[in-house]
Amino acid sequence: MSERSPLSRRALLGAAGAGAVAASVAGGYAVGATRDEPVRPDPEAVPVAFEGRHQAGILTPAQDRLHFVVLDVTTESRDELVGLLKEWTQAARKLTQGNEVGVYGAVAGAPEAPPEDTGEALGLPASGLTLTIGFGPSLFERDGRARFGLGDARPADLVDLPLFSGDRLEPSLTGGDVAIQACANDPQVAVHAIRNLVRIAFGRASVRYSQLGFGRTSSTSASQATARNLFGFKDGTANVKSEDRDVDDVVWVQQGDGPDWMVGGSYLVARRIDMRIETWDREPLAGQEAIIGRAKGSGGPLSGGDEHATIDLGKRGSDGQPLIPVTSHVAKAHPDNNGGARILRRGYNFVNGTDGLGQLAAGLFFISYQRSPEQFVRIQRNLAGPTNDALNEYLVHRSSGLFACPPGVGPRGFWGETLLG
Amino acid sequence: MRRTLIATGLAATSLVLLAACAEKPSEADGTVSVKAADSSCKVSATQLKAGPTTFAVTNAGSKVTEFYVYAEGDRIMGEVENIGPGLSRDLVVDLPKGDYQGACKPGMVGDGIRQDLSVSGKAAKELSDSAELKAAAASYQRYVESQTGALIDKTTEFVDAVKAGKVDEAKALFPRARTYWERIEPVAEIFGDLDPITDGREPDAKAEGRDFTGWHRIEKQLWVAGNTDGMDPYADQLLANVTKVVQESKDKPLTALQLAQGSKGLLDEVATGKITGEEDEFSHTDLWDFKANIEGSQAAIAALRPVLEEADPDLVTLIDQRFKALDTELDQYQDADTGEWAGYDTLSKEQVKRLSDSVAALSEPISKVAAVVAASA
Repeated sequence: MSERSPLSRRALLGAAGAGAVAASVAGGYAVGATRDEPVRPDPEAVPVAFEGRHQAGILTPAQDRLHFVVLDVTTESRDELVGLLKEWTQAARKLTQGNEVGVYGAVAGAPEAPPEDTGEALGLPASGLTLTIGFGPSLFERDGRARFGLGDARPADLVDLPLFSGDRLEPSLTGGDVAIQACANDPQVAVHAIRNLVRIAFGRASVRYSQLGFGRTSSTSASQATARNLFGFKDGTANVKSEDRDVDDVVWVQQGDGPDWMVGGSYLVARRIDMRIETWDREPLAGQEAIIGRAKGSGGPLSGGDEHATIDLGKRGSDGQPLIPVTSHVAKAHPDNNGGARILRRGYNFVNGTDGLGQLAAGLFFISYQRSPEQFVRIQRNLAGPTNDALNEYLVHRSSGLFACPPGVGPRGFWGETLLG
Repeated sequence: MRRTLIATGLAATSLVLLAACAEKPSEADGTVSVKAADSSCKVSATQLKAGPTTFAVTNAGSKVTEFYVYAEGDRIMGEVENIGPGLSRDLVVDLPKGDYQGACKPGMVGDGIRQDLSVSGKAAKELSDSAELKAAAASYQRYVESQTGALIDKTTEFVDAVKAGKVDEAKALFPRARTYWERIEPVAEIFGDLDPITDGREPDAKAEGRDFTGWHRIEKQLWVAGNTDGMDPYADQLLANVTKVVQESKDKPLTALQLAQGSKGLLDEVATGKITGEEDEFSHTDLWDFKANIEGSQAAIAALRPVLEEADPDLVTLIDQRFKALDTELDQYQDADTGEWAGYDTLSKEQVKRLSDSVAALSEPISKVAAVVAASA
């Protein structure tokens, strides 16, 4: 089979494109109509750069779909771990650029062998796919014992998040050695990427859990409209945006923050938050708005103005009470009530079908990136518990994970090279 | 498990053919065009030369069609499926000297519209002609023979206990007799008609509207009803069918490629039937079967070892490592004194997960074995 040449998804796309042109000419339509117009590439087909100072998928404008996976490394050999990270990086380079995994990909290999690439993304554009990796505390040490010779490399901040009031964490959805976030504008592309990375890992790492998400619930760029969460509210209006002047301070680990290998990296918090959808839907509109602190329609704060109006926590109504209730989600999450702490949120809605009782098994897969885990902890402490954020009545935190995302990869580097290279 | 078995069996057959013709494409000079319609099947030539022939099948009819080449006794030499109206597809078959039939199956049902084909000349070189591969197949055949003897003995003991109404004895013999069956499952694969009635499961029998028979029928009676009432005919039938499988395995030994596919098929069996605990749903003796499948897979790889070491020594190292890891994970559930395995229902979710991880880790490198074997033919 050596005479077969590797095919790429993009090559196939080219062929499909040519076929489409031929078809339209044969049909007698549109000949000449677009002759002098510049060719505008389909934005879906333009890949997001894989290499860079920082990993893609953090400040990249949030794509619409998510497949997030958390794995446990099953080998205890450092060489095998490095080998895995190198193979993953090689695959991630190809996948994010819209190509197939392996030398021969999905259809050009030996007929007796299982295809190197699983093939369900054949013919699909890169769809803005980004792949982002993070390392959990248990990769560095487990049960008090260092793993892979990494005991000294663990940043002091990289420890399991504290238990917050109201948490109902499921152990199988919590912790984990490695997290990989796949974001794309096409769910099939994100699932294809994770499926192939997991396959590469068999025998060296095992999946702890994975989560599909849709409908990004935060904007990470000012160019994006604010999406809504499953409670029907605009979510992420006040999120840190890639265009913000202080984004570097909020998101990226700086020299002197901790171990040098993390400089240019970020800390990832991932938490599955189940929503009590049916109960929420029975709450009157005014009640829902008071719980959130914003108007459901416009997304504007209850203190007045449109969606992007400045939040005025001190403004009071005729009854002397704050227009934005002090227990509202907006008030509790506001930097003014959290020592100025801010985070970059990147969460996604999820629906895992229905539970056995016919209720929607749905919620928010919360993802945030921050320079230090402390930023998240501070905010979550202020939100958690029945007497704090009024929204907690409708939320159950089921999973929790903290991961250290290393800086980006150069033209020949691999994921985690600054740590394990 | 019949669906998996038949599919694997067919895949193995067509692999032999594909690999053989890919090896020497220059000899693929014979092209035969086949015009398939809803009530006709026109083949451009019926006298063929031995060696690879390309059947260029065009569907001029209105129904989706298939084209098969059968040898005597409807043994499938090659097939191309799912040809939609107006579509053309090629089927390359490496045919040795002999008499065959080509068949179009409009609507993909029935025996098809057949046409005799006669192949003359020197027989094509077969894949298993390689001395190493022949030795591998012969080595595995010896393993099969060693297992089939014990299979007949233990099945006879089991059947006798059932017919004598000895429930406890039958319960103890059930997983022991099945061990020999599960070890040589790639052999049973070839006999797609015997497997469902011998090792089929209740929901499948129901869905297919046939009587629930075989191992699991008696298993249900023993563990659910706690007696052997009405089991005599099922016990007799079981022994007859097991004997038939054993006899046929002697007449039609596996080729090296079927062996490679079989080693993977056994792990697939584990991953789909045993890991879920659905194979022995009444007795929960799945771990017995689990271990037997692994041993059978290991025996198949062992037979192929000289070929694999020559072609891909790294793959052999990796497979060895992962067999060892799986054995370590699995063997903790066996009582070293009695040889008894823990009931599958006593394992925790985490324990099952670890077993599943080890099986997945082993299945990946084993899935590469068939291609290595084909390339070294």
